[in-house]
Amino acid sequence: MLHKMDKKLWIPVLLLPLWYLAYHNLQPMTDWFIDNVLGLSKGAHLTEALRFFVFEFPKVMLLLTLIIFLVGIVRSYFTPERTRKALEGKKTFTGNVMAATLGIVTPFCSCSAIPLFLGFVESGVPLGVTFSFLIAAPMINEVAIVLLYGMFGWKVAAIYVGTGLAIAILAGWIIGLLKLEKWVEPWVYQAQMGDNGMEEEKLTFVSRIQSGYAAVKEIVSKVWLYVALGILVGAGAHGYVPEEFMASLMGKTAWYSIPLSVLVGIPLYSNAAGIVPIVSVLIEKGASLGTALAFMMSVIGLSLPEMVILRKVLKLPLIFTFVGIVGSGIMIVGYLFNYIF
Amino acid sequence: MVIKILGTGCPKCKTLEKMTREVVEQNGIEATIVKVENIMEIMKYGIMNTPALVIDEKVAIKGRVPSAEEIKIVLTR
Repeated sequence: MLHKMDKKLWIPVLLLPLWYLAYHNLQPMTDWFIDNVLGLSKGAHLTEALRFFVFEFPKVMLLLTLIIFLVGIVRSYFTPERTRKALEGKKTFTGNVMAATLGIVTPFCSCSAIPLFLGFVESGVPLGVTFSFLIAAPMINEVAIVLLYGMFGWKVAAIYVGTGLAIAILAGWIIGLLKLEKWVEPWVYQAQMGDNGMEEEKLTFVSRIQSGYAAVKEIVSKVWLYVALGILVGAGAHGYVPEEFMASLMGKTAWYSIPLSVLVGIPLYSNAAGIVPIVSVLIEKGASLGTALAFMMSVIGLSLPEMVILRKVLKLPLIFTFVGIVGSGIMIVGYLFNYIF
Repeated sequence: MVIKILGTGCPKCKTLEKMTREVVEQNGIEATIVKVENIMEIMKYGIMNTPALVIDEKVAIKGRVPSAEEIKIVLTR
């Protein structure tokens, strides 16, 4: 048993140099494969589309695997219970900042949104602070960070994290100021939160690495197809769709494009892995950065299925307020970036 | 022994239920398996992150899908 565990600890360490070599030699390897092995004629639409896919797909998958592995390890240090404890009795603004930040690293799945909401409210975490968490957790997504970094560089990834945090903090803060507790279903306050008496699991470092593996297995097996499809669309558009195709619809001059993108994004439910490659196509074909970012944030941050789930604990006016405030935040971010860049 | 699987119907909860049934069957463990989907019931166990595995009213695993090996260990200890 112990020997088996030790192996698990060493494999990632040994794989790291291989990863590095593969990642940094991807372009020459791709070119060699396309030009020499397949012997396609340079510059042809099909060749370049193929080259794009053969380069981008492994690149994104390599980045994803590494980051999800690391995030899996980091997340094993943050459980919802610990996060709740950290947020108990926090003053509103500080609480909002902490909740949004913890929302990024605490493991969260929208199917657990209800027990999490109940658990927070029950232990006296203010409603607005709870919202900051619920907004940040899905909106700032590690897969999206990796993809944005891989396709646009660290600046765009940082903008996404920074503005996402700002929206979560401010939206939660405003919801707190509005005192909307009356729009929470009354049964929420009657729910009896038991104490399961289970002690915080003491994990060894090896079992944290185990969680890293588990995260890679779970997420990569779920998203690889979306990544492939997204990049395939990108590759197709690369050679065939004219540049500036999206300029009139999603370009800077079209002021209405931002609210429209946000509205269209709400019912569209895609995971980050599928949406980022699409966003990169939009930008390449003339959409402005702000509009494309707003579209992406709306798709992953405001999702219809999650609202349906939250309807169990929140009355409709509160859900509309929540969507309204977060949607406006996303639009402001969109206009801001269209103005700056 | 009474085994309860707590979960509101997410894919992970179904996986946990399926795995637990398999482990129980393969090892001839005598147990009744109950799926708890009512949120009020789930909250009584203080669970914030589904799914969870409860053995004779005690929470054994929460917030993740364990390996079959681990399920066997907690069921037989």
